[in-house]
Amino acid sequence: MTPFRVVAAGDSALVVEFEERIDPAINAEVVAVARRLSDAPVAGVRDLVPAYRALTVYFDPLSTDYQELTRRIEEAVSAPPDTASAQGERVRIPVCYGGEFGPDLEEVAAFGRMSPAEVIGLHTSTTYRVFMLGFVPGFAYMGRVDDRIAMPRRDTPRVRVAAGSVGIAASQTGIYPMEAPGGWRIVGRTPIRTFDERLTPPCRFKAGDAAEFFEIDRQEFDRFDESAQR
Amino acid sequence: MTAAVHVIKPGLLTTIQDRGRWGHQAAGVPVSGPMDPFSHRVANALVGNGADAATLEVTLLGPELEFEDERLVAVSGARFDVWVDSDRVPSETSVVVQRGSRLRFGRRAGGARAYVGISGGITVPEVFGSRATHVLTKMGGLNGRPVAAGDRIPLGGHGNEVPGDRRSARAGHRIGSSRDRERPEEVRVLAGPNQEFFAGDAFDILQAGPFLVTPDSDRMAYRLDGPSLARVRGGDIISDATPMGTLQVPPSGRPILLMADRQTTGGYPKIATVITADIPKVGQLAPGDSVSFRLCSTRDALAALISQERVLMALEGRS
Repeated sequence: MTPFRVVAAGDSALVVEFEERIDPAINAEVVAVARRLSDAPVAGVRDLVPAYRALTVYFDPLSTDYQELTRRIEEAVSAPPDTASAQGERVRIPVCYGGEFGPDLEEVAAFGRMSPAEVIGLHTSTTYRVFMLGFVPGFAYMGRVDDRIAMPRRDTPRVRVAAGSVGIAASQTGIYPMEAPGGWRIVGRTPIRTFDERLTPPCRFKAGDAAEFFEIDRQEFDRFDESAQR
Repeated sequence: MTAAVHVIKPGLLTTIQDRGRWGHQAAGVPVSGPMDPFSHRVANALVGNGADAATLEVTLLGPELEFEDERLVAVSGARFDVWVDSDRVPSETSVVVQRGSRLRFGRRAGGARAYVGISGGITVPEVFGSRATHVLTKMGGLNGRPVAAGDRIPLGGHGNEVPGDRRSARAGHRIGSSRDRERPEEVRVLAGPNQEFFAGDAFDILQAGPFLVTPDSDRMAYRLDGPSLARVRGGDIISDATPMGTLQVPPSGRPILLMADRQTTGGYPKIATVITADIPKVGQLAPGDSVSFRLCSTRDALAALISQERVLMALEGRS
């Protein structure tokens, strides 16, 4: 069985921890356990939050049978592996790279000792795993970025990063669903709204999905933007 | 059109809150909700609302509100002088506010946050099943912002509670706000979830304290100033979920106490977590207050929560 442990985070949350590594196989365990617990809910559980290598289970201590909860967690961890149909979806994201949309593209190119076009080539040729969401609603932490362009965060974060900005932070890449402060290296922008509370589902991603980026030019970006707003 | 309450003066930071936006943290949606969930629920119980109704959370400086129709109203939590028109009214007690009357807040004697319960509850639209205001993501409340002068806050229907069914929370039910302000508020914590990042003496230092709530503290988190909590392991954890009341420790060793509007996930190791029963005490702290922490057992944490629940259920008429 997959090595794991259950740790208490206060009196209202349990953390199901797997091996301490960022690894798609470990994250797949986290996502699978979250799905099993959400498919057959345990009374009193208020929220399930999958992260890279840990699943946090929030519960109401006054209405949860603690023994039952821990038993169900153990059951969910030891269940047989998922079939392919239970795996995440493939999400393709158009990105207009460089220029005003990607103010850090040149720096990432210098970091990788390559041309901006080669950075774009590397960024668009990888299929990324969505490990988790966090930071702000709809922000997906995806990896892993090719080592040659895995530039660390800026020393001083920007006060404002525009909605739709696509950034790199070492081995991770992600999209800002809304304007927010942030230190990621911004290489481009997508015209897609990745989080919109009026849509069903509101979020373009969930943990376990596979994401790919493809390049569009400024004209395509503007056209896309118009059609999305219509 | 449904009845409403008009905001004459908004106060310093007055937000619409309910029990919070649960069930969407996997998409990165923060929970939000009241900083002092106990007083929020007392305010609802006093006016005959269910525990899921929305109240107004008042911070440090209270608002002035005018009522479009007659309502049962109760103020719970931080100790403020409260007036209905020219009459001083008791807090922790339901009072009838007539159509056209104004509820005003005066001097604050203790605590940081008061809750205004109004019969029928506040009925702004739900976002992801909750009316709680989260300012940073602009969700809930009135377009995701604190209330402002000129706002019209919609209220639900309120059945037969007005004006007959008055209730009062007896002294001693009040949380935190009657303590001696010169002494640190003592808050119970459970160790972890990342205790292996810290040396054994970090827990002694944590319990010796005290820690000052710095001005750089808000509904998201309290930045605390006090003795430094040394780590035995370098680096951060691999990011995971961040429950309310966790004390996360950045490399500086100065702990950050995560509160209602916290992000859903974080990467700093978490040395300890405030027990659910003591979250209300923490929610009543303001910048300049000090706090000390004491480790307790899960058994103590649950016993405290159960005795709190008994008080609430009695107030709600469910005991």
